[in-house]
Amino acid sequence: MKQVFTRPESLKDVSTHFCPGCNHGSVHRLVAEALDEFGIRSETIGIASVGCSVFLYGYFDVDVIEAPHGRAPAVATGAKRARPDRIVFTYQGDGDLAAIGMSEIIHAANRGEDITVIFVNNTTYGMTGGQMAPTTLPGQKTSTSPYGRDTSKDGSPFKMAELLANLDGVAFSARVALNNPKNVLNAKKLIKTAFRYQVEKKGFSFIEALASCPTNWGMNPLAANERVTDEMIPYFPLGVYKNSANL
Amino acid sequence: MATASREKIFVKGNEAVAMAALEAGCRCYFGYPITPQSDIPEYLSRELPRQGGEFIQAESEIGAINMLLGASATGVRAMTSSSGPGISLKQEGISYMAGSELPGVIVDIMRAGPGLGGIDASQADYWQATRGGGHGGYRIIVLAPASVQEMYDLTMLAFDLSDIYRMPAMVLADSVIGQMKESVIPNPRPVTVLPPKEWVVRGREAGKPQNVVKSLYLGDGEMEKFHWKMQARYQELADKECRWEEVQTADAELIITAFGSTARIARTAVDMARDAGMKVGLMRPITLFPFPKKAYAALSGRCKLFLDIELSTGQMIDDVRLAIARDAEVLFYGRPPGAGSLPTPEELFEQIKKNYPTCS
Repeated sequence: MKQVFTRPESLKDVSTHFCPGCNHGSVHRLVAEALDEFGIRSETIGIASVGCSVFLYGYFDVDVIEAPHGRAPAVATGAKRARPDRIVFTYQGDGDLAAIGMSEIIHAANRGEDITVIFVNNTTYGMTGGQMAPTTLPGQKTSTSPYGRDTSKDGSPFKMAELLANLDGVAFSARVALNNPKNVLNAKKLIKTAFRYQVEKKGFSFIEALASCPTNWGMNPLAANERVTDEMIPYFPLGVYKNSANL
Repeated sequence: MATASREKIFVKGNEAVAMAALEAGCRCYFGYPITPQSDIPEYLSRELPRQGGEFIQAESEIGAINMLLGASATGVRAMTSSSGPGISLKQEGISYMAGSELPGVIVDIMRAGPGLGGIDASQADYWQATRGGGHGGYRIIVLAPASVQEMYDLTMLAFDLSDIYRMPAMVLADSVIGQMKESVIPNPRPVTVLPPKEWVVRGREAGKPQNVVKSLYLGDGEMEKFHWKMQARYQELADKECRWEEVQTADAELIITAFGSTARIARTAVDMARDAGMKVGLMRPITLFPFPKKAYAALSGRCKLFLDIELSTGQMIDDVRLAIARDAEVLFYGRPPGAGSLPTPEELFEQIKKNYPTCS
């Protein structure tokens, strides 16, 4: 019988620690498929960040550097400048990238570092137990916004894909979601495009993936998926915000 | 390249650091402007690209130390430099580098503090440098140059020790040593047998194991095992790499001890004391970590009186007290750093006269 579906070579044959219904596994898989399809696994360096994404090295069969909280784009900058012949990607959550690491991402993007950034936005700090994130939606209740995010005090959620697209140094910026098969297929295509930018040395590429976090949202996986559709996508519109080389 | 001729040159301490880094094969520099160390990034922004290296003026000290972490993880020699306020910001990254067993050279041209402090010389970051400085319990190699020549030589040594022991190495100087000009012989890079960097992250080639540079240890006993391994490494450093200079200690009845710029001033005061017929010597630690404890212990077996001099209210004196014999005494003369507080040789000579044992 012909095998039509298998684990990507770039992923290890192990179980993940991710909760049921979490989208990290899907994003991992799509990134791994892109590495496989370009045949770049052996030349890729992954930069793990702090949060649920820290175990990157446990799941990807690539060399990995673990960065301090928020610093992955700076670590990636050092690695890429030292080894410009390698493919370097960071994998970061919303607290890591858009709160403590805002300076590092903005400046790496503005320098136009030839790296790919995979940003998983689930509107909360997953690993530490569901605190308010820079992307927490207005009114959203979290363990540190028990009355709901008050934009008059907490500010409004950052729209990172749009924000970064404004920088001259950014070559590609897109927001994707994983809430239905159509969006997963589109996410696969755009993640591959993001890596194509780096493979072709065309500059900084950024993917924001809207993801569910059923555990910290206090929802079952199906309800969490519906929340992505009903609440997140209207606030964080999907699409390609910059595609400077039309790849 | 200026260092090729090996003829004596007349340069600033900070320039000597930058030249030595190039001679040592440093490929990447990441930094941020801060007085009194900005000559280092200025020099390297000009020279490093000419030699095929990478220079980045980072968005912050935090950015710079993490770029160093990333570059070092791929196996290249890399460095950063700063002064007190910036070194404080780098501590997070230094802790991660220590936890990840990463080499890398960090130059600290100390200025007065706390806070914004001032740009005058200081030795008040001794504790921060020698106690690790960041969270979690670790040490880094700390070298203390007292001349522009040593700025050059110890920077090259820092790269070697850092690679051999897989830990960050700091060159700890101050604005006096960094900003003054002296003659320097730009020595060639020492011939050192370096361990192969089998741990580097450069892409998992077919048939090779996955390499991961990380500091997270969650498994039962893993973290404890890491700490004991590092303790053994610190002990090996102490056994093999202590460096110090003794001046006229053989017959000394009073031994001055000081490091860096203060040792330079103290040396003149020791000469003045000798001219006045007093048996005074100087003990200058060059490695602050590892601290040359055995050398102090040996000296204190014979000479029972030490005078510790620092441009601070007293930090190295803790290590001196721990190192010397129980029946030896260590006195202290120091001045908090800041404009106008750098002691003169005459001032230190007065302290020698005041404390010199008159009857024994």
